[in-house]
Parts: sequence; C-alpha cells; structure tokens
Amino acid sequence: MQKEKVITAKDLTKRFGDFTAVDKINFDVEKGEIFGFLGANGAGKTTAMRMLCGLLLPTSGLATVAGFDVYKQTEQIKKNIGYMSQKFSLYEDLTITENIRFYAGIYGLSNERIKEKTSLLLKQLHLEGQEKTLVKALPLGWKQKLAFSIAIVHEPAIVFLDEPTGGVDPVARREFWGLIYAASARGITIFVTTHYMDEAEYCNRVSVMVDGRIDALDSPANLMRDHSAASMDEVFLHLARKAVRTGD
Amino acid sequence: MKQFLIFVKKEWLHIWRDRRTLFILIWMPIVQIILYGFALTNEVKNSNIAIFDQSKDEATTTISDEIAASRYFNLVKNVYSYNDISATFRQGKIRMAIVFPRNFRYDLLHSNHAQIQLIADASDPNTANTLTNYASSIINDYQQSLNNNEELPYTIKTQVRMLYNPELKGAYSFVPGVMALVLMLVCAMMTSIAIVKEKEMGTMEVILVSPLKPFRIIIAKTVPYLLVSLLNIISILLLSVYVLDVPIVGSLFLLMAESTLFTITSLSIGILISNSAKTQQTAMFTSLMSLFLPTLLFSGFLFPIENMPVALQIISNIVPSKWYYIIIKNIMIKGLGFESVWRETMILVAMTSALLGISIYKFKIRLA
Repeated sequence: MQKEKVITAKDLTKRFGDFTAVDKINFDVEKGEIFGFLGANGAGKTTAMRMLCGLLLPTSGLATVAGFDVYKQTEQIKKNIGYMSQKFSLYEDLTITENIRFYAGIYGLSNERIKEKTSLLLKQLHLEGQEKTLVKALPLGWKQKLAFSIAIVHEPAIVFLDEPTGGVDPVARREFWGLIYAASARGITIFVTTHYMDEAEYCNRVSVMVDGRIDALDSPANLMRDHSAASMDEVFLHLARKAVRTGD
Repeated sequence: MKQFLIFVKKEWLHIWRDRRTLFILIWMPIVQIILYGFALTNEVKNSNIAIFDQSKDEATTTISDEIAASRYFNLVKNVYSYNDISATFRQGKIRMAIVFPRNFRYDLLHSNHAQIQLIADASDPNTANTLTNYASSIINDYQQSLNNNEELPYTIKTQVRMLYNPELKGAYSFVPGVMALVLMLVCAMMTSIAIVKEKEMGTMEVILVSPLKPFRIIIAKTVPYLLVSLLNIISILLLSVYVLDVPIVGSLFLLMAESTLFTITSLSIGILISNSAKTQQTAMFTSLMSLFLPTLLFSGFLFPIENMPVALQIISNIVPSKWYYIIIKNIMIKGLGFESVWRETMILVAMTSALLGISIYKFKIRLA
C-alpha cells in the first residue's frame, strides 16, 4: 500500500553565486515517517531545510511540502508545518503559558482551542501548576520537550526539527524521542536533522548529505548492513570521510 | 490582525519583564529635563570677584556697591595691589577683578574722562566675556545716571528686545533638544536591539517560518516603543510647562503630530540598523555612534550649526534631529503654525519613506 508522500524533492538545487550548497538532491518522505536528515557541518542540510520550510527559494529543481509547491505556495507551506530550532525557540522571559499562547495564536488557533491545548500540553508534560513559571527557570530537558510540543501545537502535517537535542543528556533525549514517536503515531511526519548518530537509529529512514549531495538514503538497518557497520556512527564516518567541504 | 496583536502583546511582555530597562526608558527623559533645566545652565551667576579701589571716593564706592549687589557677582575680596590681584587669580578664587585708578571722581568730573579696568579670567572665554559685559553694563548705567543732569550732543539708545524668550532662559533651547535626543534613543536604539535580540536568541527563524508576514513582525516590534515614546513626550512637555516654565506657545496638536512623525523616522532608522546588525552589541553601538552622537552634536541644540565649518553644516542636514529641532522650536517656543514648518516636515517625511523603503527591500532580499 503506497503511503501518502508529504515531502517530495526532485533534483533540488541551491546555488549561491559559484557555490552550490545543495546539488540536485532527490528524496521523498512518507506521512507519519520519522525521517533523519544527516550530514556534516557545511554539507548543505540547513540550506536544504530552509528551502523546504519556504524560507529560501531554490535555484532549480522541484519540491513539494504537504502538497504545496516550494516556489509558489510558501504561504500555505508555512501554515502546515511546525519548526523547532536549535536554540529551542522559546522566549526565556515569558511564562510557559505565554509561550504557548503566543505560538498557538501565531498559527491562528482560536482562543478556546488555545485554552484546550494549553491545559492538555501542561498535563502531558507534567507541568500542571507551572503556568506562571518563566521558561528560563526550566531545566534544559523540559525546555526541549516544551519546545517540541509547542512546535506541533497546531497539529501540522510535518514538523521540522533542527538539531533538537543539542546539549541534553541521554536520558532526557530518550524521553524526547518518546514524544516524537507519539507524534508520529498521530500521523505527524517528523523531519529531523541531528549530529547524534545513535539518534539516527531511531528514525524510520535516514539520508546522509555529503558536499551538497545525498550519498545515502535508506533505513538505518539497511545502511548498516550495506556498509558492514555496527552502528550508524560507522556508516556516517564511512560516507563523510569522502567529504571535501568542512564547516558551515 | 489577531496574529499581529498577539505579537504586539508579546513585545509588550518583553519590555515589561525587563524592569531595569523600562525604568531607564521612562525616567531618563525626566532626569535629563530636570538636569538641563536646573543644574546645567549657560547663565553665569554669583561669580566671585575682587575690587582694587585706589580712589575710594563717592563714585567708586557707588559703582562698587552696585556691582556687589548684582546677582551676577559675589564680592569676595578687596585687594590693595596688582600683585595681590595676580595671586588671587592664580589661587582660582576670583573670576574677575575691577580696578579703579586714583582720583577717579576728580578725573571724571573735571576732564570728562575716567577709566576702569576689568581683568577677567579668560581660561573660560565665554564666562569671561559674559562677566565683563555684565560689569560694563552696570558701569554704563551709572554713567547714564550722571549724564541725566547734563546735555550730550548725540546719544544713541539701543533698545534690546529678546523675542520669544525674554528672560533668556536656557531651558527654551534645551527642552526641544532633549525631546529629539530621547526620541532618537528610545525609538531607534531600543527597536534595533529588540529586533536583533530575536535574531540572536534564535526565535527569529521560528517566526519567519510561521504564517506571520515578515513586515508585520517588524511593525509589531516597533509599536510598543512608539507608545513608550509618546509617554516620554508627554512627560517632557508636562515637566517643561509646569516645572521649567517653558510654555507651549503653538498648537499642541501640531506638536504631537510632528513628534509622532519624528518617532516614526527614528523607528525606521532602528529597523534599518537591525537589518545589518548581528548582535545586540553591534546594534547598540551602531545606534550610539550614528544617532546619539550626531543628534547631540549636529541638531543645533548644544552647538549652533551656523558656527560650524560649511562641510559640517552640510553633514548636519542628513541628521533628522536637526529638522525636528527646528520644527519643535518653531511650534513650541515661537508659536508658529504649519506654514512655517511644512518644508522641514516634508524633509522628515521624505527621509522616513526612504528609510522604510530601504529596510523593507533589504528584509525581503534576505529571505529570497
């Protein structure tokens, strides 16, 4: 049974002058999939993700996100995706509820929906009673979970996570991935970039970008088998060692 | 629209939660007005002087009494030799010394000529000038009173009338200057910092991904500072009128309208700066260097522009606060109407449109 494709990319390219940041990448992501987008710094991951989020116009090639074209329908794309940045995208000097209300409101949720979602979120994250707590008082692991929950507060089709687990301990990361699984089970597609190769093993499929191209695209199990590797770490080193570009 | 308001509300929360900055934003103009109004003044009062009276006759005593009684002078010492005078000056005890020669009255009445020597400490040339002028005018008054009994062939009386500010209060020129300074600072600097802060924190990316249009984001960031500025203007005006006795002679409505225009000009500059600044420190530094200092130096409220070399005068035309200062003075102090400020207003409008246009263009480029 063919599952619905929420992201499609065909020969997607981005050039900045002479420099080709993203070089004719091809891939698809299915609905509800957890798709890992791996690559070293400077490989072109961030640029590719920007194009998919409607922040950057491609130089050539085709791509659709949630069924909308990345050239002409960026407004619709933005309405249907969520985003969590590396720095967790929460306002430290605002309270938890204020953050929720802000982001939910930005995505056009009605006041009643916002209230519903707020109490639901607080319960899910075991943060009842902490409505008025400033985000800066939360430990890092909690901020991370909150940021993710807020990123999907409007139940988007896809959520883009840009290095979401930086600086967090392994236990907290496990819990975080629990949230991701739950979201995936609800039908939200997860597009995640990460440096942590053990996390790559949590994904349904991963792609590895090297020097602007996708050099591998398969499930972690298949990749490990194909490269005779015991872990995704090894697979990655195997592929990335060929890289010419380093650094962002 | 609802999204826009939510964003504005968030911006308000940011400002409100940062109590220290808010405190400075609201109190700074008030403190500045009070400082300029009371503590810092160009007027020279109670200057210490000494008198070296070698005649001690009716004339010299009368003149000495008049001078000592004046609020500009404070007679601290009677000296008895030129050496004494030098020593007292060197000790920094006096700013001016008055020397009456011997036989002053006799010379005055019999040969119709008498001299008085005024020696002033010109290491502060402006004060020296002012003091000698004050003293000379007191001496002239005495001469006048003598001459009233005699006929002089030709007399020219100069009648001086100080328009708009008869008491020559320094506050009249400072208040508009402080308004320009405060608005520039609050609007431009704080706005640029607020926008760049978002970039630094990483939340700007998230907002750009959201359905909120970038232009609305920028405007939403400036709205709270617009309101804070209006609050500042009102507090400055209230202080001026009720505490400094600087009246608002012209139309209050026009004053507020022009101030709002200038606020928008400053906000546009803030937005422009935020486009290129990557860190809050850069934003702050750029604002200070390109706005605060030029406003201080080139708006005309501390140093008259007409006295500057032509090159600098031309530069001063680019500084928006110069035009605002002229407008405010015309309305507030001279009580003039729109007919006399329309040219300056047009210049501000042109500047604002250009700035906004460039900012929007640059912002769109960044996303393309």
